[in-house]
Amino acid sequence: MSVTHDASVTSGARVVIRAAGVVGRSERFDLVLSEGVIRELVPAGTADLGGARVIEAESLLALPGLVDLHTHLREPGREDSETVDTGTRAAAAGGFTAVHAMANTDPVADTAGVVEQVWRLGAEAGHCDVHPVGAVTVGLEGQRLAELGAMADSAARVRIFSDDGRCVHDALLMRRALEYVKAFDGVIAQHAQEPRLTEDAQMNEGAMSGVLGLRGWPAVAEEAIIARDVLLTEHVGSRLHICHVSTAGSVDLIRWAKARGIDVTAEVTPHHLLLTDELVATYDPVYKVNPPLRTADDVRALREGLADGTIDVVATDHAPHPSEDKDCEWGAAAMGMTGLETALSVVVEAMVETGLLDWAGVVERMSATPARIGRLAAQGRPLAVGEPANLTLVDPLARATVSAATMVSRSRNTPFAGLDLPVRVVATFLRGRQTYGADGDMA
Amino acid sequence: MVELTSAAPAIVRDCKTSFNDPSSEAGKEVSLMSAVGSSPEMPPRAVMSASDIARAITRMAHEIDERTHGADDVILLGIPTRGVDLALRLGERLAEIQGRAIPVGSLDITMYRDDLRRRPARALLPTEIPAGGVDDALVVLVDDVLFSGRTIRAALDALNDVGRPRAVALAILVDRGHRELPIRADYVGKNIPTSQLETVRVQLLEHDGVDAVVVSGSPQSDEAS
Amino acid sequence: MRGHLLSAADLTLDDALLVLDTAQELAQIADRPIKKLPTLRGRTVVNLFFEDSTRTRISFEAAAKRLSADVINFSAKGSSVSKGESLKDTALTLEAMGADAVVIRHPASGAPHRLANSGWIQGSVVNAGDGTHEHPTQALLDAFTMREHLAGGRGDLAGLRVTIVGDVLHSRVARSNVRLLSTLGAEVTLVAPPTLLPVGVETWPCSVSYDLDAPLPTSDAVMMLRVQAERMHSAFFPSAREYSRRYGLDDRRVHTLPDHAIVMHPGPMNRGMEIGSDVADSERSVIVEQVANGVSVRMAVLYLLLGGAPLTGEGE
Repeated sequence: MSVTHDASVTSGARVVIRAAGVVGRSERFDLVLSEGVIRELVPAGTADLGGARVIEAESLLALPGLVDLHTHLREPGREDSETVDTGTRAAAAGGFTAVHAMANTDPVADTAGVVEQVWRLGAEAGHCDVHPVGAVTVGLEGQRLAELGAMADSAARVRIFSDDGRCVHDALLMRRALEYVKAFDGVIAQHAQEPRLTEDAQMNEGAMSGVLGLRGWPAVAEEAIIARDVLLTEHVGSRLHICHVSTAGSVDLIRWAKARGIDVTAEVTPHHLLLTDELVATYDPVYKVNPPLRTADDVRALREGLADGTIDVVATDHAPHPSEDKDCEWGAAAMGMTGLETALSVVVEAMVETGLLDWAGVVERMSATPARIGRLAAQGRPLAVGEPANLTLVDPLARATVSAATMVSRSRNTPFAGLDLPVRVVATFLRGRQTYGADGDMA
Repeated sequence: MVELTSAAPAIVRDCKTSFNDPSSEAGKEVSLMSAVGSSPEMPPRAVMSASDIARAITRMAHEIDERTHGADDVILLGIPTRGVDLALRLGERLAEIQGRAIPVGSLDITMYRDDLRRRPARALLPTEIPAGGVDDALVVLVDDVLFSGRTIRAALDALNDVGRPRAVALAILVDRGHRELPIRADYVGKNIPTSQLETVRVQLLEHDGVDAVVVSGSPQSDEAS
Repeated sequence: MRGHLLSAADLTLDDALLVLDTAQELAQIADRPIKKLPTLRGRTVVNLFFEDSTRTRISFEAAAKRLSADVINFSAKGSSVSKGESLKDTALTLEAMGADAVVIRHPASGAPHRLANSGWIQGSVVNAGDGTHEHPTQALLDAFTMREHLAGGRGDLAGLRVTIVGDVLHSRVARSNVRLLSTLGAEVTLVAPPTLLPVGVETWPCSVSYDLDAPLPTSDAVMMLRVQAERMHSAFFPSAREYSRRYGLDDRRVHTLPDHAIVMHPGPMNRGMEIGSDVADSERSVIVEQVANGVSVRMAVLYLLLGGAPLTGEGE
């Protein structure tokens, strides 16, 4: 589907979405969007269509625009795999209206200058809001704190800080970072990976790694850091976010921490909700990712954790790579999977089709809560009169086979290629302006 | 005329009775045929009984003794599988006639076949060269059926890589005609003219529980002018 | 057999016996004045070695040449590979040159799988050792050697007790052997310090012991694996001396073996580390035979993969 930037569909123009379904309601509604907000929300067929661009949504479900806390847009530095422009187009195609861009670019986003550059690129592209994540340490080297305050005060208004890609493994540095961000309601998002236990690690350490002859990545390398960091968070009275939780033990630790009243939030990726390390037996590097795919027991625990709120949000960890970094032997391949365009489908497959979550639960975990954690006032809002018109229309009953070749992202490294998945994103709107989807009749 | 090799499936086409063929060889069958599946299938018939086989082997042993002038460097090499059993029997007869032990071995020809690429790689059969080797010996190759001659061609190549006999001869239990190479047998148990589409099977006690030579399949004219 | 030999785990009992029986017949070639068979004439076998290994490469080369195949040797050092050319581009070059089979040794586990399944080449892929994953032809020649000495040279290895000692964690030879030996009906015991055993080894078809002395008196074959002394720098064991004392096969331990038992080693050996020098040279040691058997076994593999009609890469 092509992205429309129909000149006539500006924030000022009226858009009427007719007869859409809304989560939690059995009746259908007309949504009237104008000047960036939801002007009216009335029973289907009752809205005044005069002068408006009409979008037929009789078989579609309207959701608040999705918010991703964890995306790699690769610009500056790795534009061969993705740019802010192509990455945010992919986000809009996945139903997202806001993404947080991780800091492991080149140069690293560890200064106000770089985060503002990324923020500006996002605004100019206009496909979704881009909120840069600032690095915790200079150059992601884990030695000295980066200028977190400057990044917070910059035009990019950074609130989430992460060395993602690397772990802030030095306990003292992590403590200082947790303390420092209290000053501006920031949060440290930890990539939990004890480096000494995972040197040159290739896949989950378990029965499969022993058989396949690939160096193992033990679950404890993630869990040990989480255990330490939740206790540090408690001790200094700050808040902590755990990136891409991947093991059952991690879920247990986070549950324990929350029960103690520790202010910790956690995210899980769509791929960790669906795929296991048995896929690595193909030695196809499309399955190589950090943290690695784990066992079926881990997948089960992650689903339950997402359902009961121990894990707060789904975050894609969209990690595009050029084909030469995946079209090779496992040991030489880069780690990462794309995810923006397939996120909603995979979550519905793993959680809704299995009865663990309803659509309201999906909206909470993919829109409202991520916006809250990121402190985004204008995102993740419910579909109600007066709220910003950030929403996405999806066909909840469609099924389609995932094809890497037709994806919007510049990169093709999706582990879901060939899988038949539910839900199709039909159109996305950012402050009333359409950022994805064809013109006219969508139904 | 379409050429058929011994390994190719039979090609079916309209067939004419060959009235010009004054078949002088016993057992040659010619019949009309219209299409596959409607040709009359003859029931398998035994053309040699156990005693026929025994007599043939005895006669061949005497022939070998006579034509080699009682040479003491005769070696029998059977081509697996049934050629080996025949070589052993032939060796025993010859030993009785000459009053001394006759070296008997086997020569697998799988690696020298000219049709290797047509089927997945075959398992190898045993090759056992008698202790003295084959250099300067008179090697008699022994096999059950002589048909296209390609097996024997392969055996000659295999033998060539083993050593250099002073002469090579061929002893065969059944010669069924249809040679595709200039190969002939020196010692023949029985000539059995057949059509291309028939199958000749030698059954031996050691493998099949009975000694017999059986011909089966639908005979039909294989010549079109 | 399928169109590739990537792992011992892919071999059924019938496949394994076919290879061993074929190798048995082909071994005779070594004693002939003309050590050649015409079977693979016109076929091209490429040795694609990304790791230094003169011994294995020569073994495959001899095997291919004895079957009259053309051999092209491609080693990583000094080639475009060391200048950063990818496995994919190297494979595409070989395909353009018409390789019927590629024998690949690579430091990355799974590289032969990528080569076989990526569509870069059409030919058969033979794994000559990939990272710490598998080395199937080594396991086949080890089984062949054991069969010769302990099973009369025929049939399977049912009931034989094999003890494999050493750095199992990093050993592709161990992985292939455990798989193949259990397929052939042998009972395998792995002996190593806990640090050198992979997580999940308890799911393997073998038993595990931290004590070398216990299984020796009932072992029919003892296979010593190479242990690199440098591993002590990653704290796998405290010192070479302690490793050798606890897990080395010295004269004293050899005398606890049953009379008929054989001592094996895939090579290269660290004399004095995992195996005593005198033990390596003793009559029980079949280490040199293993090398000779390697040629016959590799001839059998090449014949079965290339000697007949082209095999597809899939299917049982």
